[in-house]
Amino acid sequence: MTQPIAPPPKKNPQVRSQSPTRPPEVRSRAAMHLTAAAAEGRFSLQRCGECGVVQYPPRDACGACLSTDLPWEDMPEGGTVLAETTVHASPRLYFRERMPWRSGTVQLDAGPTVLAHLHGDVPRHARVRIQARLDHSGQGVLIALPAQDTPNMEDDPLMRALSADPKHRRVLITDARSPHALALTRALRQAGAAMIFAGEPEGWRPYPQRAALEAEGVEILPMDVTDTISVQKLAGEIGGKTDILINTAQFLRPGGVLDRGDTGFARDELEVNYLGLMRLAQAFGPGMAARTADGVNSAIAWVNLLSAGALCNAQPFGSFSASQAGAYSLTQSLRAEFRSSGLRVMNVFFGPTEDDSWYQPLPPPRVTSSALARAVVNGLQRGLEDVWCGDIAMDLRDRFRRDPKVLEREMTMGGEGA
Amino acid sequence: MSTLADFAARIASGTIRVVDLTHTLDPDFPVIILPPEFGQCARFRMEEISAYDHRGPAWKWHNISMSEHTGTHFDAPSHWISGRDVPRGAVDEIDVADFIGPACVIDCSDGAAQNEDFELTVPVIEEWEKAHGKIPAGSWVLMRTDWSKRTGAPYLNMKDDGPHSPGPTPEAIRFLIDQRNIRGFGVETVGTDAGQGSHYTPPYPAHYYLHGAGKYGLQCLTGLDALPPTGAVLVAAPLKIKNGTGSPLRVLALVENT
Repeated sequence: MTQPIAPPPKKNPQVRSQSPTRPPEVRSRAAMHLTAAAAEGRFSLQRCGECGVVQYPPRDACGACLSTDLPWEDMPEGGTVLAETTVHASPRLYFRERMPWRSGTVQLDAGPTVLAHLHGDVPRHARVRIQARLDHSGQGVLIALPAQDTPNMEDDPLMRALSADPKHRRVLITDARSPHALALTRALRQAGAAMIFAGEPEGWRPYPQRAALEAEGVEILPMDVTDTISVQKLAGEIGGKTDILINTAQFLRPGGVLDRGDTGFARDELEVNYLGLMRLAQAFGPGMAARTADGVNSAIAWVNLLSAGALCNAQPFGSFSASQAGAYSLTQSLRAEFRSSGLRVMNVFFGPTEDDSWYQPLPPPRVTSSALARAVVNGLQRGLEDVWCGDIAMDLRDRFRRDPKVLEREMTMGGEGA
Repeated sequence: MSTLADFAARIASGTIRVVDLTHTLDPDFPVIILPPEFGQCARFRMEEISAYDHRGPAWKWHNISMSEHTGTHFDAPSHWISGRDVPRGAVDEIDVADFIGPACVIDCSDGAAQNEDFELTVPVIEEWEKAHGKIPAGSWVLMRTDWSKRTGAPYLNMKDDGPHSPGPTPEAIRFLIDQRNIRGFGVETVGTDAGQGSHYTPPYPAHYYLHGAGKYGLQCLTGLDALPPTGAVLVAAPLKIKNGTGSPLRVLALVENT
């Protein structure tokens, strides 16, 4: 049984903050597919299209028949530990700092034998569940978990290293006015977040959920993502104890290009959805990236809430979709820029929501704030990079992957007549 | 000594005080809020271009952005549909002499303290005239409410049924225009109209009648409590924006020490 992690003591101001170190990052191009699946929480391996043999490690030609037809396929997670070892010495800084480290070989039910990190609660030669997780370098690795959940298993050092668990961490919700702020607060509290801050733009305008946020113990502090000075000010105040940042700021209006006739709302969309993200990242990013090895409540994740319209323009929210595509691209740059620090960037894509009034004329299905909040927390606990929340987002993702042009054509149908 | 030389000497000696009636342009200063499907008034924003650093080693400067109607600002006749055809109705066309003129300050601060929807009515104006004389033609009429001392949410005072702040009745505005031929009307609130001004007929009577008659508006003024009821001269020159319907500006009041 895993010992539960105690809330961390207050930081000793005389001790230097530890610099982040990383496990090896280099992989073959083939192995990147394992990472790509892990980024969504899937465990995937190649299965030969000719002879059906499941491959491990990832490769360019089948180990059995040399076929190069090696499509990736999600695998059943069952397996049995064959052998294990506990490493007490390593030339890699990352592992030296985390000794002893347990790993082993696991015979997968799917066929091959794989190398995996072993959870502390896995007995010798036991049945295990294999999962693919992203490590501090953002690469997929395999972990073997006990066949059944064990008490406090998420507190195992391995799990903390391969997740962005909000437990004991301090979270900043960037826009308290977001229709999702309250549901996020409740889900984060339930997941054991130590503190929740919320940025409040335009405190001179009342909004109904403020009282509810206060009742949940949220520290409401002034910040408007369109106001650089306010973002810098809040980062100066709480940037050093922001472990998870969830960017809930979003400006949404219907309309494309021709039906608007001006650039007013488009400017607001870019100011909030694109430049707002950039301002937040410039103000909070460096401090968070410097604190990714800061113990139990280290900085760990940057979360973006994005419309699935970022993938393919979604009418009638054409201009908004464009701002989401820009923001999505910017999150990819952020990932690259945060990469060496180990700070995770998690994107949560979702379709029309129940609680945002601008989606009111759209038919169901719509995502509820509580479902979105659950998806955010679950994604953090599993250390994901990409989360697809709700049927519409998942459908768009699947159609995009099948053929982006077909999707575009379907999403841009015209009416009869002219 | 010429009049102007005398004027300059009096300012230098302090016998004429210069009072700033302007709020600081601050990103967090409230602006008027319209229903969200309408276009909105841009807040004041400031982005650093360089600050004696690699972006410009010896200088600091900012790019700023805002609406014509952000902060302490001037409303030109072309701001309102009733004033769309007023000749010389845009800020760049108005005779610059109109930007300097005398001010009558009607103190409504007691009423506004008791009633956030306090109305400036014709009887209130007549009462003021009994004490201070008839409002001269060409005057700025400033409605003092001490509203500028409010900060944060109480400034707009937005409720579920809209904002609540003092302002003039349609009759009072008609009176000031038709009977007194004023230059313009100035307030400490976010608009020349009351917070609930959309419920008058016509809606927003101060905007509708003032601008239709070629008169001007001054909004988000502060420091009106430092002015005498009569005798102050306002200097209120908007930026020369081509076809501008208004402009942030620095409003100065010249007050003679007596």
